[in-house]
Amino acid sequence: MLEVLFIGLSLGSILLLVALGLAITYGAMGVINMAHGEMVMVGAYVTVLSGLWLGTNIFVAIPLAFIVTALLGLFIERIVVRKLYGRLLDTLLATWGVAILIQQAVRLEFGLSFFGIHIQGLGPGLQNVDVPGILQGTLHIAGADINRYRTFIILVTAVLTLATWFLLYRTVAGTQVRAIIRNPKMAAACGIDVDRVNALTFAFGSGLAGVAGVMMSGFKTVFPDMGTPMVVDGFMVVVMGGVGSLLGSVLSAGILGEINGVVAAGTNDILARAVVFGVVIAIIILKPKGLFALKGR
Amino acid sequence: MAVDRRKFLKGGALAGGALITSPWVFSTGAHAAGEIKVGVLFSLTGGLSIVEKSLHDATMMAISEINAAGGVKGMKIAAIAEDGASDPKTYNEKASKLVIQDRVPTVFGSYTSASRKAVLPVFEKRNNLYFYPTYYEGFECSKNVVYTGAVPNQQLSNFIPWIIKTLGKKKFFIVGSNYIYPREMAKVSKILIEKNGGEWVADEYLELGHSEWGSMVNKIKNSGCDVVLSNVVGDSVIAFYREYKNQGLTHDKLPICATVTSEIEIAAMGADYAVGSYTSFPYFQAIDTDRNKAFIERYRAFVKDPKAVTHHALESSYFQVFLWKQAVEKAAEVTPIAIREAVKGQEFDAPNGHVKIEAENLHTYLTPRIAQWQPDGQGKIIDAYKEPVMPLPYVAYGETPTNLFCTSKGLDASKLKT
Repeated sequence: MLEVLFIGLSLGSILLLVALGLAITYGAMGVINMAHGEMVMVGAYVTVLSGLWLGTNIFVAIPLAFIVTALLGLFIERIVVRKLYGRLLDTLLATWGVAILIQQAVRLEFGLSFFGIHIQGLGPGLQNVDVPGILQGTLHIAGADINRYRTFIILVTAVLTLATWFLLYRTVAGTQVRAIIRNPKMAAACGIDVDRVNALTFAFGSGLAGVAGVMMSGFKTVFPDMGTPMVVDGFMVVVMGGVGSLLGSVLSAGILGEINGVVAAGTNDILARAVVFGVVIAIIILKPKGLFALKGR
Repeated sequence: MAVDRRKFLKGGALAGGALITSPWVFSTGAHAAGEIKVGVLFSLTGGLSIVEKSLHDATMMAISEINAAGGVKGMKIAAIAEDGASDPKTYNEKASKLVIQDRVPTVFGSYTSASRKAVLPVFEKRNNLYFYPTYYEGFECSKNVVYTGAVPNQQLSNFIPWIIKTLGKKKFFIVGSNYIYPREMAKVSKILIEKNGGEWVADEYLELGHSEWGSMVNKIKNSGCDVVLSNVVGDSVIAFYREYKNQGLTHDKLPICATVTSEIEIAAMGADYAVGSYTSFPYFQAIDTDRNKAFIERYRAFVKDPKAVTHHALESSYFQVFLWKQAVEKAAEVTPIAIREAVKGQEFDAPNGHVKIEAENLHTYLTPRIAQWQPDGQGKIIDAYKEPVMPLPYVAYGETPTNLFCTSKGLDASKLKT
């Protein structure tokens, strides 16, 4: 039973890892960011490329991927997203287009494959990420076998969640972000540079997706389409938790992960996934704004 | 302007006429000019392009080699490549285009069974010819398809008895992706397991592309099995082997014996996760013959990637073009039916060894091999049949070499019921 609960916890932490960035870009900024999965994918490719060309391991890739995807996010915000604030459906379409562009750029090696040039680590194929020995296999703690890599993911997720909470609730910048979530015009009237804060917030959310990508790369398969199914999971968590609520995302990821783990252990994974979707639908019907909705006036 | 109305009309009528008749004129004309057109239909985009691009490359390489050596009957092969886009519907449309508009006498293509089933009506209705290079689940008998990949009896008939007798493992946990190929493979496996005195404790499926293996591997761990038979397909394989090791399972105590895990997946997961596990295929990159080594070298040069891996379906994509070439040379005319009749019984020395097309069911004699994965990401071949094995697409339903269900007359459906 302990093993089942651990798997559930691990599933929850993976959900949260992917949803954390979304909780900020969608939850806080109201951008339906379909390119979020591609940010995860780019993070995974940063791991592949840094391993191939710099010879570094997965630990070095974490800050590297954060920087790369944050810069990419900043770029996307400046070019596309900033013109679309407040237009929810337009952000969906525009970022979906961006997602396809990023995916094809990786698959076609930025177009170089048309000229017969091959960059190792890019292209349509599956990529390999070396996982350090210390993260392979199991840890023996109190008679139980604990999966090292999954433990590592749980730890990284916990650290990132705490860091995000600290930034949002304990810093001046965070206060400004929360002010913009509540009422952008009023915030601007109070002297907050809304443009700048929005750009940085979007970059931070994208950076978190990049880190999620690094964690996925040592665990799942790295290829250009890998991010697409993750977006669905991410939105599920954010919507169920309540848009704009970090605590809501944490709780809903945990609940969904445990439900998935326990049902899968009793029956199978396919049924477990159906049950998870059922729970999400039920909660949205009962509490349309999610578990923890922001109370606004 | 110099173009007056009359001239314009005349030109337009000429162009229009040429346009209407162009497929006819062009195909017969091209034929006379020393060219045979063939269709090449694999997914160059979408999720399946990961594998299908390599099959496309191998086909193109075979065509360019044949052309470099003088072509077929003095004619060059002109490949018309189309993109199936990982989508059965697109496959069907592109197949129709190749057969009806381009009027090619043969198409080489498909990786998944779904895409083959999607194009099958086109080839049967138009009485054209399709060459299919992938190992598949059998249970198909078409006069318009030549199958050059393994069928279940060529992957399992040696594998299961070998696992039970040589490895001494008797309790099987069967796991696969949830679609027709793994399910038919499981069906054949169960027959063979019971015949050889083993038992199976579970038969589980996950959807294609599933990458969360925590619960399933935990189930395997607690099931009391002593061997895992994997029919898991595609990118799920990587997540599966990684989770397997991460939950503390090892291949020396509880080996994964797989029917789909090839050099591609091993390279992507990192060899240390697969060391010691087994796979059954007629072809491995590690086959130690000069012919195979030269083949790998030529392929790497062709795709300009010094680290490219070769695998079973890729090798079949390559040698089937040569079987086709021999058939065209033997046939009196370049029509699908003449080529099909001529391809029966054709033999060729492929990189994996000697192959031959069975005249009755148009499947291919292949040599089953078992390999154990090594730290360098290559399979070490530890068991192989001495000679190629006859293909039996209906083995799960009781087909034997002396009692064929699928013959040149078609499927004998009355035998299926018994």
